[in-house]
Amino acid sequence: MADVITYREAVAEGIAREMRRDTSVVCLGEDIAAAEGVFKTTVGLRAEFGAERVWDTPISEQAIVGAAMGAAMTGMRPVAEIMFSDFLACCWDYLANEIPKVRYMTGGQVTVPLVVRTANGGGLGFGAQHSQATENWALTVPGLKIAAPATPADVIGMMAAAIRSDDPVVFFEHKALLATKGPPPPPDHVVELGRAAVVREGADITLVALAATVPLALKAADMLSGEGIEAEVVDLRCLVPLDAATVLDSLRRTSRLLTVEENPYQGGWGATVVSIVADEGFGLLDAPVRRVAGECVPLPFADALEEQVIPTVDKVVTAVRGLAAY
Amino acid sequence: MDVAALLTCYERMAVIRRTEKAAHDLFLQGLVKGTTHLAAGQEAIAVGASAALRPDDYVFATYRGHHHALARGATPEECLAELMSRATGLCKAKGGSMHLTKAATGMLGSYAIVGSHLPMAVGAAWSARLRGTEQLAVAFFGDGATNIGAFHESLNLAAVWKLPVLFVCENNQYMEYTPIADVTAVARPAADRAPAHGIPGEVVDGNDVEAVEEAVARLARRARAGDGPAVLEAETYRHFGHSRSDPAAYRPAEEVERWLKHDPLDLARGRLAELGVQAEAVAEADERARAVVERAVEAAKAGPPPDPREALTDVWADGGAAWRT
Repeated sequence: MADVITYREAVAEGIAREMRRDTSVVCLGEDIAAAEGVFKTTVGLRAEFGAERVWDTPISEQAIVGAAMGAAMTGMRPVAEIMFSDFLACCWDYLANEIPKVRYMTGGQVTVPLVVRTANGGGLGFGAQHSQATENWALTVPGLKIAAPATPADVIGMMAAAIRSDDPVVFFEHKALLATKGPPPPPDHVVELGRAAVVREGADITLVALAATVPLALKAADMLSGEGIEAEVVDLRCLVPLDAATVLDSLRRTSRLLTVEENPYQGGWGATVVSIVADEGFGLLDAPVRRVAGECVPLPFADALEEQVIPTVDKVVTAVRGLAAY
Repeated sequence: MDVAALLTCYERMAVIRRTEKAAHDLFLQGLVKGTTHLAAGQEAIAVGASAALRPDDYVFATYRGHHHALARGATPEECLAELMSRATGLCKAKGGSMHLTKAATGMLGSYAIVGSHLPMAVGAAWSARLRGTEQLAVAFFGDGATNIGAFHESLNLAAVWKLPVLFVCENNQYMEYTPIADVTAVARPAADRAPAHGIPGEVVDGNDVEAVEEAVARLARRARAGDGPAVLEAETYRHFGHSRSDPAAYRPAEEVERWLKHDPLDLARGRLAELGVQAEAVAEADERARAVVERAVEAAKAGPPPDPREALTDVWADGGAAWRT
């Protein structure tokens, strides 16, 4: 394997590794087989595993996710692709009402081991219906696990954990990270769901980030380092299960908290994180908690407008300076 | 269908009819909470189809699914205990009337979002094909479900992938409170649309248990042979309203009378007489059904309430519900 792998290659590699080790893993989605994915995140799968394991579907999001559910209930481990995360709304019944509830309302009789993969987030000028960060939608529904990796190695390790999970996982692949590169992980690399990573250590403030906001927070941390502010950056990696312990542990060292999230402030995951901190870690804080989040508007098209409404390095730097001076 | 099989089907229908009546009475006694969507009048579809299926086939039903659960192996006691919120209920009292499920016998659930389970049945059929089992998946749904998107997405996907799935529409003439014809542009809401998706669409008398069994058996053979899905529209009528809160006063008296005269139990009884079965044999079947349901009511009533701690189990595969590590 090459010295570096892109995030988009890591998606296909992560799926392929699981398909090699478990014949019950099958893929379905729009344009994933012959065309190898509109984001080229399924390159090589059809060639290696054949048409009986990698299936092109019609544009029928309800059928894709509903069929994945039925297959998962009957012995398969399907990996379904919903091309853009905005389109999760087209099959929201399955994400909100069917998949996460069937285990509970059958008294534990039925398990649904499936993965719904989707390309999430903005920054690429795709306009209001192809740019949203929607992980907070899934966060409102008890019964879904939510993974959102930030690096190629985590993509592979978390894909392994997601596919092996007996519970349903919504797997958010961030569009702005697809071309980013990193070292490929060793064979059988698994990143347990629900384990956050401290990706930069620092004593002055905790930045909690997810997916595309992780490199953004790291960039801000490097800039702030020059001003004598050392930020610790926590990559949450998963929203469910949520590793609040790592956040609270970091706050014991830093006493200041900023969440950096791309979804709108209104109902965003940062609100859940800060509410846990307010509830269980209030005594650790020496300053108010702050959230850098998306503005509560539809995503605009033009770069200059989009930058206004999604998190940027400058917004994070400004917020940290304010908190550091508190 | 031979005489013995028909008599067995008759007895199963009698058990379902009496269980539905018990559910109704228990509701009036305040022992069943929430709501129920009774299927009295539609027994022949569940029983006839089940008679044609293999034990390992998959069945998906709707919120009006008591009859399917019972036809597919759930006992009256398990079902009534579930309705009465007992720990001994089919789903540990977490599902209720609208979600009767018995996965061990292939009854993979009753779903209360109209039409949502059709894609699941497609997926179960896809899974059967991938595993090479020749199992069939059957989705039972009402006429109202034929106007939602998932119906069309399911028919198309099942057709294009040639999957072993049967779509069985229980056309009971009403989409909840509204005559299906008032809101649907074709006369046979399921069967008429099937050809547009490249699928055969048939109509059957849904109150004739033999006719249902024959049609399902034939379409199942075809699907198992790799010839793909089919739509079967079974015309029927529900004896009660849509749900507990619906007295069904909107139905014309002559229509109700006509359908009540076309009762599936009466039809089967008449057919048994034609085949020379003595009235005593039918009476014995009725008596067994009465006794089974009577015992089930008492046993279900005696079941303990659920442990409140159960509310926080069964979200995840580890049994728990913790969303934080």
